[in-house]
Amino acid sequence: MKTLNNLKPGEIGIVDHITAEGAVKRHFLDMGITKGVPVMMERIAPFGDPVAVRLRGYSLSLRREEAKKIVLEQGTHEK
Amino acid sequence: MKNKTLAIIGNPNSGKTTLFNRLTGSNQHVGNWPGVTVDRKTGHICHRGTSLDIVDLPGIYSLSPYTQEEIIAREYVLSEELDGILNIVDAANIERNLYLTLQLIALGLPMVVALGFMDDVRAQGIEIDCNKLSEQLGVPVIPISAKRGENIGQLLDTLAGEMRAPKRQPAYLHGVSAAIHRAADLIAPLGLRCVSLPFYAAKLLEGDQALWEQMEKLGMPQSMRGELHAVADAMHSHSNTTDNEMVLADAMYDYIEEIVRASYQKPRSPKLTITERIDRVALHRVWALPIFAFFMFLMFWSTFGPIGSALGDGMSYLIQNLLSPAVRGALTAAGAQSWLIGLLCDGVIGGVGGVLSFLPQIVILFFFLSVLEDTGYLARVAFIMDTLLRRIGLSGKSFVPMLMGFGCTTPAVMAARTMENDADRRMTIMLTPFMSCGAKLPVYALVAGALFKQHQGLVIVSLYVLGILVGVLAGFILKKTVFRDVSSGFVLELPTYRMPSFKGTVLNMWQKAKDFITKAGTIIFLMSVVIWLMQNFTLTLDVAKSSAESILGVVGTAIAPIFSPLGFGHWQESVALLTGLVAKEAVVSTMSVLYGAAGDSAVLAGLLGTVFTPLSGYSFLVFTLLYMPCMSAFATIKREMGGWRWAFGAAAFQTTLAYLVALLIYQVGSLLL
Repeated sequence: MKTLNNLKPGEIGIVDHITAEGAVKRHFLDMGITKGVPVMMERIAPFGDPVAVRLRGYSLSLRREEAKKIVLEQGTHEK
Repeated sequence: MKNKTLAIIGNPNSGKTTLFNRLTGSNQHVGNWPGVTVDRKTGHICHRGTSLDIVDLPGIYSLSPYTQEEIIAREYVLSEELDGILNIVDAANIERNLYLTLQLIALGLPMVVALGFMDDVRAQGIEIDCNKLSEQLGVPVIPISAKRGENIGQLLDTLAGEMRAPKRQPAYLHGVSAAIHRAADLIAPLGLRCVSLPFYAAKLLEGDQALWEQMEKLGMPQSMRGELHAVADAMHSHSNTTDNEMVLADAMYDYIEEIVRASYQKPRSPKLTITERIDRVALHRVWALPIFAFFMFLMFWSTFGPIGSALGDGMSYLIQNLLSPAVRGALTAAGAQSWLIGLLCDGVIGGVGGVLSFLPQIVILFFFLSVLEDTGYLARVAFIMDTLLRRIGLSGKSFVPMLMGFGCTTPAVMAARTMENDADRRMTIMLTPFMSCGAKLPVYALVAGALFKQHQGLVIVSLYVLGILVGVLAGFILKKTVFRDVSSGFVLELPTYRMPSFKGTVLNMWQKAKDFITKAGTIIFLMSVVIWLMQNFTLTLDVAKSSAESILGVVGTAIAPIFSPLGFGHWQESVALLTGLVAKEAVVSTMSVLYGAAGDSAVLAGLLGTVFTPLSGYSFLVFTLLYMPCMSAFATIKREMGGWRWAFGAAAFQTTLAYLVALLIYQVGSLLL
């Protein structure tokens, strides 16, 4: 299963579903992480975690642990 | 004259505050939402014969009931007070902003959308057809630039005029709209606000716990509950998930994408935005840290370095050396009693002066915080530091308060306001006092200088490190006890970099300063009077002839045995620690008086050498480092935590920890040495 956490900077993935629950799931949905949305891995923080991704025209930072809960469709897309 | 109450609602970083300032000018009132420490700002304007009260709701991404801000906003928009909504939408970030707009439309209240940052969008070569957007949303859309004042007049006309409810509800695909409609019909008999039924219906279908409980209280019959569940089940039958929260969010975002496709024209060759270009450097894997360190140094140095301390010293000089003698002279001339002169000059003016001497530092700190936040760099600070701080159960946003704690706990605790997550904020406030503040340094210098001579520097450094280590330990303890159930996620927007507005920054500084003087100042004032009385009167309320027979001396003598296991059981040290509650540096002056050194530091150092062993001296310093902060910080903690229970809890926690650590060091040290 490929998740957002597997993307390298510059790679784009398409969100398939999210496995988070409760407040985190709600927050993901509110921030526009919904099925079919393309998400680009933008950069990784200096200490390796969290990561910054770009979707729907804005940048979002989340921890790797949270990025693992965002499952992507198979196949990669280069920028 | 017509009277209307409007709420201004928008995402964080959508330019909401700038628009609010633009609309209401300085005609604002800052209060608190009941029971929480989130600012409640209201402004008042009169426009074309209509009196408008505008409430600035906290920035939110959605009307979900999770964060404190969301709960406040949701309760307010569902209340009866409100006549209409002004929704500000960031044109440069339109997709995600419209998600909140759709939820607001479901409330059915009269509403206007202000499309902000239009100048930024045009600069990127993007064109937005506002008429088309307005047509599709069913509410008026007014393009504005709050910073340059573009179209503000037109916006005011619309707000003061006949505001209308949305023309229609959005048509979501896959049976979602039909399901909302059916659910709204079902719950209609419960007596909820009729126009807002689509909102209630959608949230119930999502399984919103808070609303289901509310329906229960309104006496929702069992049959209605069953029918609602049937509608909810039917809704997700069209999709490949059984999760209605996802079904609804998908439907709403699909709808937004459709709207945006129709009214939003992207440039043929998109340029890299300024934000993306800045972040290439500011968040670079190598350069991010030095740049970050530079800004933090600049902020710390300006606040506590020459500028801040000169202003602070100037302020206390004005009060202690000019105002106080003047008042003393006037009172003496008027033949006032000496105790009254003492109370007014030493107690009242001294106490108030203590408060005011913090003011320059608070103003400077809030200048930097305001700029950091408004430019968007504060979110990047959190991004850079998160990994280090989450190990002790905090998040990246705790970094700035913690750093400022090395200067002064009072403004540092106020800096924690920038944190959205309430548990993180409370924990940061409780841990900040462990970062050794500047006022403790004179105490270290005196005692370490007297007892450790060559190794003085090393001893002082060890105290700073110990403070951080105990802070880490305390973080673990709190995470395992008080804040057990809190899993603070870190899903944080890295907003577009923007130039902060001068007016907004000044307004913010002024409000924080006023807040500090009125709220914390009152408590500090009362406490200084009480402590002055305790210092100067005996238990029988006669004027005390020596410090030993004053109430403070008696209390100090009574509690002195408690400190014997820590190695310092003389009453003088206990009294010094008690006066340290006024200000930590007072520990030095009190000891000087009590040991009869009359302000001569060389004499005092010599005397301390006979009173303390190096070990008991170190134990005394450790206790000074860790025990409850001074009353100014204490009052600020009370104010920011929103209750005496929290403030006393934090003080008890810090003092207990101080006692245990000092005990451990003294007892283990005694065995080893």
